Amino acid sequence: MTDDRLIIAGREFKSRLWVGTGKYKDFTETKKAIEVSGADVVTVAVRRVNITDRSKENLLDYIDPKKYTILPNTAGCYTVEDAVRYSRLARAAGVSDLVKLEVLGDERTLFPDTAGLIEAAKILVKEGFIVLPYTNDDPIVAQKLVDIGCPAVMPLAAPIGSGLGIRNPYNLKIIMEMIKVPIIVDAGVGTASDAAFAMELGADAVLMNTAIAGAQDPIAMAEAMNYAVQAGRLAYKAGRIPRKLYATASSPIEGML
Amino acid sequence: MQNAIQIHVNGQVQTCRCDATVADLLQDLEIRTERVAVELNLEILDRATFGQRQLKEGDRVEILSFIGGGSL
Repeated sequence: MTDDRLIIAGREFKSRLWVGTGKYKDFTETKKAIEVSGADVVTVAVRRVNITDRSKENLLDYIDPKKYTILPNTAGCYTVEDAVRYSRLARAAGVSDLVKLEVLGDERTLFPDTAGLIEAAKILVKEGFIVLPYTNDDPIVAQKLVDIGCPAVMPLAAPIGSGLGIRNPYNLKIIMEMIKVPIIVDAGVGTASDAAFAMELGADAVLMNTAIAGAQDPIAMAEAMNYAVQAGRLAYKAGRIPRKLYATASSPIEGML
Repeated sequence: MQNAIQIHVNGQVQTCRCDATVADLLQDLEIRTERVAVELNLEILDRATFGQRQLKEGDRVEILSFIGGGSL
């Protein structure tokens, strides 16, 4: 698998599992889970510093930006203006030009507002950002995002944090066939088989947070996801057998009594 | 406090010296300047200018950093 690197905007990634850093018990658990997952891209959110309690530790004291690619997101942004503002703040905070762009449309589903997403992506690409957009499983929107200049597209598998798994494999498959940039399936994964399935479909990577952080044993689930993503990728590259309705014997008939 | 001004930092009222700069404010709050972003009255500041940007009465300062997050 060493020659099977994922390359986005000239950056090379060794792992095809990307992970979020939210919802963990503490930073020690976050750090351990990320290590075990094998991920080299981790997402972070941008928020106000707690100015009254300075004893609070910094996430980046645990997640070394020299070792991991830090991918700031615009989670919680419901307008183009907010998403652009948070992206600029993330860049000003000084880790990179990368941004996982989210423009959400609705609090209950957290589905992306794809019209707003396209508008925000246009602005940010012009400003030199490397925009990785969190989008719906809509091939037409995905293509528009690529046309704008997004070097990868991140369609959802199911609503964020839902754990419902791959709800629309056919749309995702169409996106993977139509779109000529890496596809990172983002959000909705519940367990290891979901991650493997996404990779078997041909996803270039899978991004998840809750499936690991919310598991009863997050460290064990991080390890399971590490294997699942690798297994799914290998199976995709190996090429699965066609589905047939009836049996095909795998032992020869010749030589039977 | 003489020659003191009131500003808003992350939504909270904060008192500081009238000649304080953004860099002074961060130092007073014991915030390391690496990996924070500072917005002064909605303008995102270049880190290199923290020492030159003087604060004035009523300024709105936002200091942000990275926290754990996946999606939300």
